[in-house]
Amino acid sequence: MKIVIIDYGAGNIQSIKFAIQRLGYEAVLTSDVEEIQKADKVIFPGVGEASSAMKMLVQTGLDSLIPELKQPVLGICLGMQLMCNYCEEGDTKGLGIFDVDVMRFNHDVKVPQIGWNEISELESRLFEGINENEYMYLVHSYYAPICDATVAVSDYGLQYSNALKKDNFYGVQFHPEKSSVAGEKILQNFLTL
Amino acid sequence: MLTKRIIPCLDIKNGRTVKGVNFVNLRDAGDPVELAKIYAKNGADELVFLDISATEERRKTLTKLVLDVAAQVNIPFTVGGGISSIEDVDALLKCGADKVSINSSAVKRPELINELSGKFGNQCIVVAIDAKQIDGTWKVHLVGGKVPTELDLFEWAKEVEERGAGEILFTSMDNDGTKDGFANQALAKLSSELNIPIIASGGAGNIQHFVDAFETGKADAALAASVFHFKEIEINDLKQKLRELSIPVRL
Repeated sequence: MKIVIIDYGAGNIQSIKFAIQRLGYEAVLTSDVEEIQKADKVIFPGVGEASSAMKMLVQTGLDSLIPELKQPVLGICLGMQLMCNYCEEGDTKGLGIFDVDVMRFNHDVKVPQIGWNEISELESRLFEGINENEYMYLVHSYYAPICDATVAVSDYGLQYSNALKKDNFYGVQFHPEKSSVAGEKILQNFLTL
Repeated sequence: MLTKRIIPCLDIKNGRTVKGVNFVNLRDAGDPVELAKIYAKNGADELVFLDISATEERRKTLTKLVLDVAAQVNIPFTVGGGISSIEDVDALLKCGADKVSINSSAVKRPELINELSGKFGNQCIVVAIDAKQIDGTWKVHLVGGKVPTELDLFEWAKEVEERGAGEILFTSMDNDGTKDGFANQALAKLSSELNIPIIASGGAGNIQHFVDAFETGKADAALAASVFHFKEIEINDLKQKLRELSIPVRL
């Protein structure tokens, strides 16, 4: 199985690579279009600021490649947010895979949300073997509201999407690579889809 | 619901843990990676590695440690100690650190906070503040609490937030090492005045101190070293107790 992690200069990619290694697989970091097209599984990471991350995707042509991919694609954190229509952060147009706009948490809660929150209403093979209300590690200031693509819900001042799915595209707001054994199980589920 | 975090802190010198640890089942008690793995398994929510080495090799040693931890540990971790430039942070994040913590370098040049959060995002920038009370007011101190500054804790914390810190790690030098509990009044004031998470540090001696830090101090997370290293408190017992008291924790 060929696993690629899309490399566009975004954040903590090393941790994802290591987590995949712990599961007994190898992942290749690449921005090469052909290599990404040929992969069995594609991971689309992202840490940092939305508009500058999007700019890097546009510069490398990855913005048109990603929505066309046919194999399972997993967006993580900012990766998931960029797969949505729009991100309030930096007034950024997203890839439009998930039909939802990513908004900033309002000020009834501390921003960023940092730490472990529960995921519930789990509705995807991604969560096979994962209990309702399992804890996942999150670090984020923006969130995707509940929408048709929602497959996991969390509560932080309001209910929001902690995971999204449409066709072959999956997105998680939490960091499976940092979410202990349960997170590794979710990564494993994705890799064996 | 977002849970309160329990964070063991490991002091590191030349790639090895410094303070004594009392883990009988550890092959090598000086190996931070072994220790980190045990903490992750025992329910720690996050780890902090504080590097106190002062050699020219330090960055090389530290980045190697970060790589090793990231390869083997499946929970988030923060690295602090002597970080003073974008290059330092870039190297540590690239090796797999989730967050970096800056302290003296931010006091000396506050713009560093803006630069780092602008480049890497505020979510990975922790500003550590050491403070103690002098004549009834909390003053920020440097060099592990040895050197006083004119900065007021609460004013500095506010500035740190405005400049783009994602989180504040507040250590009360009055409480640190006393095992008498955290500085809950100052914590509560920080937590109510700021809109970013506050990590409480300094003073943990028993389980009730953690309860107080969350209930009275309104802390989002609590950090401790020796009570965990010497097994005076088992993280699982601590979290069970917190849950019994309806304080949300990950179990």
